[in-house]
Amino acid sequence: MKRIYTLEDACIGCHLCEVGCITEHSLSKDPVKAFLHEPERPISRCTVEELHGGIISLSTTCRHCDEPDCLRACISGAIQKNADGIVRIDAEQCVGCWSCVMACPYGAIQRNLKKKKANKCDLCPDRQSPACVDACPNRALVYREGSQK
Amino acid sequence: MNYVIVGNSVAAVGAIRAIRERDQQGNITVISREKHNIYGRPLISYLLGGLINEKRMAYLPNDFYSQNRINLLLESEVVAVDTTAKKVKLAGGDAILYDKLLLATGGDPFIPPIEGMPDKDRIFTFTTWEDAAKLKGIAPDINRAVVIGGGLIGLKAAEGLNLLDKPVTVIELADRVLSSAFDRPAGKIVARKMRANGIDVITEDTVVRIEGDGAEISGVTLKSGDFISCDTVVVAIGVRPAATFLKGSDIEVNRGIVVDATMQTSNRDVYAAGDVAEADDFFSGQKNPMPIWPDAYIQGDIAGAAMAGEKKEYVGGLAMNSIEFFKVSTISMGVTNPRDPAEYEIHTYQDIQNYQYRKIVMQNDRLVGAVLVGNVDRAGIFSGLIREKVDMTPFRESLLTPDFGFLHLSREIRNSLFAPQGKVADNGRTEQAAGH
Ligand SMILES: Cc1cc2nc3c(=O)[nH]c(=O)nc-3n(C[C@H](O)[C@H](O)[C@H](O)COP(=O)(O)OP(=O)(O)OC[C@H]3O[C@@H](n4cnc5c(N)ncnc54)[C@H](O)[C@@H]3O)c2cc1C
Ligand code: SF4
Ligand code: SF4
Repeated sequence: MKRIYTLEDACIGCHLCEVGCITEHSLSKDPVKAFLHEPERPISRCTVEELHGGIISLSTTCRHCDEPDCLRACISGAIQKNADGIVRIDAEQCVGCWSCVMACPYGAIQRNLKKKKANKCDLCPDRQSPACVDACPNRALVYREGSQK
Repeated sequence: MNYVIVGNSVAAVGAIRAIRERDQQGNITVISREKHNIYGRPLISYLLGGLINEKRMAYLPNDFYSQNRINLLLESEVVAVDTTAKKVKLAGGDAILYDKLLLATGGDPFIPPIEGMPDKDRIFTFTTWEDAAKLKGIAPDINRAVVIGGGLIGLKAAEGLNLLDKPVTVIELADRVLSSAFDRPAGKIVARKMRANGIDVITEDTVVRIEGDGAEISGVTLKSGDFISCDTVVVAIGVRPAATFLKGSDIEVNRGIVVDATMQTSNRDVYAAGDVAEADDFFSGQKNPMPIWPDAYIQGDIAGAAMAGEKKEYVGGLAMNSIEFFKVSTISMGVTNPRDPAEYEIHTYQDIQNYQYRKIVMQNDRLVGAVLVGNVDRAGIFSGLIREKVDMTPFRESLLTPDFGFLHLSREIRNSLFAPQGKVADNGRTEQAAGH
């Protein structure tokens, strides 16, 4: 399956992948509206880490694992892996127990505390290539056919 | 091939998927004592408390069984296994033949003999959908409830009743609640939060007598001599592997059904997985039941693969719990409360007022346990480091920082997790060039 990989050296720590993700998962799909006017701003599914004031940075995201620890830990069945290998959360079914947060070794699940729902990368079902990948100005994220490990 | 699975819960699902990945043809029969399709057992407190409806109890869509061509026998109890004739006997007298058998029967609630208990009506356990439904059914008549046991199940029952505005008292023998998963500060934070929300927590005490005339309960008398008035009692001391039906068979049962790293029991055609099994512990390698949901799935997966002819090995059970009480999140994993702390390196951070606490436990420069209260974000990174036995020597200073992440680890580790090299066909060389 196609996965998102990170080229650490190319990351400039601009967080535009997060902006792209938030916008894509907003109601309007417009960055200004998503950040300023929508009642609930989505939480980014990718996480940019920075250290030493941004000298090193890295965007981390879900690996859509072959044997997802999040799925195995989920007590409600909200997390499933579909036939294409994509691991998604059904927000309706999620009870916000954070078992998936506890289990994912990639730190790739976020807590939406307001909604009490877990949040993770869905590889952007409405797009050809994920919004974070398209948003990166230095092509630090690549979307390619490849393996998890 | 005839696969028979006893129990229809998460370990069974792990096994069914693993079998069907490898064998599309074989017959799979699943036998369960309960009347429901698979449901999220840990969700019964949410159901009791009215946080979710019955529809959301379903762990999987109903077509899971037809898609996987499962012959499902609900409300059927297995009473014996005959390993010579290779058949399981049902309560009604029927027998079912197997080639490969999986025992995934989970745990039965343990009910200690307590004076006054036998003739009382309103005594409940809390491990099944049915238990939650019964409690919910009589809830309008409950004025005050006592929960015996301050472990996960007891606290969950108390939370459910509290959500229905029922006054509840939890009575725990140890010096704190959740004593198996948590250390003292974390247990105290949880107890404080519960009290603040109207659940009474009594520690270092236990119920010695259930009082009342006839079938009615008027209260309980504690070992300390205190009396607590109540009309309903929930017994939540713990669960025991549900393996009594194996008495007289050649399948070895210690505390649970003893299994090797492929989940095979002492009989080569019989496997066990989930709460009923006693498999290797991650740290000690000793046999140890690990009654948690994620491990039941993983063990089921390994058992299913083995039954369908592929050998996968269990890395050992790693205790792990994520529990949220009244908006305080808590996650604990691995060794959280070592008996001889001198052999471990322990770092903590606490801000009890704001319900924040962090504890890191290391041994021989390896992370072996963690407790997070409050901010639990990305806790799974710790579970990964424990599982992979990563040498923490260069990173130990940063382990307690609130934004601990992969940048605190080595570049090598990050690349092995996230970089395209070695994972995509051309090693990602073209993309890397474009980045510079
Ligand atoms: C209230 C509550 C909250 C919990 N919360 C959490 C949590 O937050 N996180 C976590 O990790 N774990 C939690 N657990 C524990 C978790 O539910 C178990 O670890 C998990 O369900 C084990 O799955 P299993 O497949 O081994 O068996 P089980 O889920 O126990 O299912 C076994 C099934 O087998 C059936 N069975 C037993 N004997 C027979 C027989 N002889 N014939 C036919 N059928 C039989 C039983 O009726 C049952 O349906 C909780 C448990 C409870 C009760
Ligand atoms: S959330 Fe984590 S465990 Fe789940 S598929 Fe993604 S990387 Fe794997
Ligand atoms: S938080 Fe939601 S998705 Fe995560 S384990 Fe709990 S129910 Fe499943």
